[in-house]
Amino acid sequence: MTESTQFIVIPLLGLLAATALTVARMRDLWAAVMLSGIYSFLGACWMMVLDAPDVAFTEAAVGAGISTVLMLATLSHTSRTAKSRPRISWPALIVVIVTGSVLAYGTLDMPHYGDPDAPIHRFPSPTYIEKTEHDVHDMPNVVTVVLASYRGYDTLGETTVIFTAAVAVTLLMRIRRPEVTAS
Amino acid sequence: MLYGLVLLGVVITMCLALYRASQGPTVFDRMLAANMFGTKTVLLICIVSFLIDRTDFLDLALLYSLMSFIGMVAVLRFSKYGTFADVDEAIDQSGPTGKSLRDVS
Repeated sequence: MTESTQFIVIPLLGLLAATALTVARMRDLWAAVMLSGIYSFLGACWMMVLDAPDVAFTEAAVGAGISTVLMLATLSHTSRTAKSRPRISWPALIVVIVTGSVLAYGTLDMPHYGDPDAPIHRFPSPTYIEKTEHDVHDMPNVVTVVLASYRGYDTLGETTVIFTAAVAVTLLMRIRRPEVTAS
Repeated sequence: MLYGLVLLGVVITMCLALYRASQGPTVFDRMLAANMFGTKTVLLICIVSFLIDRTDFLDLALLYSLMSFIGMVAVLRFSKYGTFADVDEAIDQSGPTGKSLRDVS
């Protein structure tokens, strides 16, 4: 984020908050799914302005693309409107406000955005950037090298978890299949 | 300065689309608003990439528009047939008019 794009952050965050409030108050679940897709697009815009295009693209692909489709598939198995308007639960509201305040207080100690003395810029990154050229031949993207090479086993484990979840969901959803072919 | 004005215009259009998505009486208003929001995202990324002088973001904007298109096709197909199964199968079950269309609106 440079000086020139700084003024766009506040409107984007305001739109994010407005979308979140609208989704929370929406009783029509189909519209809520559409609005959550919009929320993901806004989040992707915001991350793009913060100079994190890879995270922004993941947000757009997973949030606006896949989870919208998954939510719609869920809606096809359940009802399309929420049953009743929930009443305000005061203890829950107080707990949420206290937790939010504590989290906001915690961010006060964090280093500023783009601070060169921040731990994340000083501790592991220079080593990776220096050694990437030598360890992995001609790979220009450090993030790709870290994910696919240095943390290869970690990524393999994550992929295994996702694969297992996909197999489990496929097996569960297959139960409906014979009815369709029989009729 | 010019980029700033265009950016402001895009944000205002985003507000209008958000209003239509939250108030829109029919399904198609909401769908159109969501589709427009995808387009506005692509535009915003283009403008920001010119603003901070990193035009390699433009490739990402292209990918975004592709994603938005595929997602919208999936949503339209779902609201027309009520299922992600084969279209022929869905027509056999619910008739070509698609009864799910009236249920959601």
